[in-house]
Amino acid sequence: MREIALLVNGEPVSVEVDPREHLADVLRDRLGLTGTHKACEQGACGACTVHLDGTPVLSCLLFAVQADNRSVTTVEGVGTTEDLAPIQRALSERHGLQCGFCTPGMIMQALDVVGRANGGLTPERVRHEMSGNLCRCTGYVSIVDAVLDAAAESSSVAAVPDNEPTQAEVSG
Amino acid sequence: MRPARFDYLAPTSVADVVSVLGADDSAKVLAGGQSLVPLMNLRLAAPTQLVDINQVAELDFLRVADGDLHLGALIRHRRLEFDPEVARVAPILAEAAGLIGHPQVRNRGTVGGSLAHSDPSAELGCALLALDAEVTVQGGTGRRSLPIAELFDGFFTTTLEDDELICQVRVPGTVPGRGWVIQEYAPRAGDFAVASVAACIDLAPGGGCVRVRAAAGGVGPTPIDLGSALGELVGETELSEGLLRHVASRAAEVIRPAADLRASAEDRRDLLQVLLVRALPAAWTRAAGSLSNGGAR
Repeated sequence: MREIALLVNGEPVSVEVDPREHLADVLRDRLGLTGTHKACEQGACGACTVHLDGTPVLSCLLFAVQADNRSVTTVEGVGTTEDLAPIQRALSERHGLQCGFCTPGMIMQALDVVGRANGGLTPERVRHEMSGNLCRCTGYVSIVDAVLDAAAESSSVAAVPDNEPTQAEVSG
Repeated sequence: MRPARFDYLAPTSVADVVSVLGADDSAKVLAGGQSLVPLMNLRLAAPTQLVDINQVAELDFLRVADGDLHLGALIRHRRLEFDPEVARVAPILAEAAGLIGHPQVRNRGTVGGSLAHSDPSAELGCALLALDAEVTVQGGTGRRSLPIAELFDGFFTTTLEDDELICQVRVPGTVPGRGWVIQEYAPRAGDFAVASVAACIDLAPGGGCVRVRAAAGGVGPTPIDLGSALGELVGETELSEGLLRHVASRAAEVIRPAADLRASAEDRRDLLQVLLVRALPAAWTRAAGSLSNGGAR
């Protein structure tokens, strides 16, 4: 067993782990963060996707010891029930979840896709970038629509920050 | 589902990694873990000691020197996919990287890990063979470099000694007049390729073909060099349908496909020919385009 220090959803956590424990197991069984789901445990389904230092990784293929002194973000760190993140709101509005099992992994990957979109996201690109996340209810059309909605919202937010005048107001 | 117990070490230098590997021949190197950890989860692999190289900073570099691309073993596939220097110097690698697994897998998977795993259907090995890359490894007796063709020994097997670690890969940079392509057939996006082809064609300023390099994945125990089968293209000024089909059928004789659940050996021979008939004209067209715009991509 060895002691590791993690920053989980912004909170410093220290936990004793066996080297063979996956990050997914530690998040779920030690820290009670059961939003991260385990299904295939072979890196094929994407349900266990979390962010390691901001990058989506499969937590069933990462040993928790490897995350020592690093930052981990899980679905519990995204939005709140009262204040959903844009991708969560879009999934809800587009009916992008059915049984919901794949949704946490979808959200974590989609956040990265939207974050890198730079205004250039197409349905084909979304499908390519989300190809590592399986939905066995097969609700892909709604999920792709939701990612596109979230990207459109974040790019319009980026173009017109809340407290700044728009270009039209400045020049007009 | 948990792997069997193992001891975990995370050295910070190549020398330390090599000395651990030299002392325990059942120790395994952990790089991106996208192939090894699934095998451990299924207990198909049960190393007693795992040597995590992710903190070996000297393996994490990507630079261009003397026109060649030098990749540290720890460079992730995702970096290859999007790095502007890779796109400029070895564009086929950027495209090959985009075909590897899924984005999350590419975020972790490494160049050295893919080569050491030596999966004959891996896109990276196929592309690097077509590029005549050179691999540098370090072991207890020192460093040595070998052509990538000499790295692959067989199905999931390399020629490396037990204490040798892949440290870097040198990829010859592209030149004006070179066209490249990588194509594969996989039943679903991100799946292992049932068959894949990587090809580079060099055209002289007059338009004649001066060099062809190609490799195929998924159709033998290692990536297969198709150079000998495609040699008849050299000296040609155009790629006729008849010649294309002729060299494709010759290539189908060079490969050593096996049957598995996804395809019979015969299917793989057919797939290889289909891929070549698509890939070679695409590479030729790119080569001609490269000549006409002065060598830029």
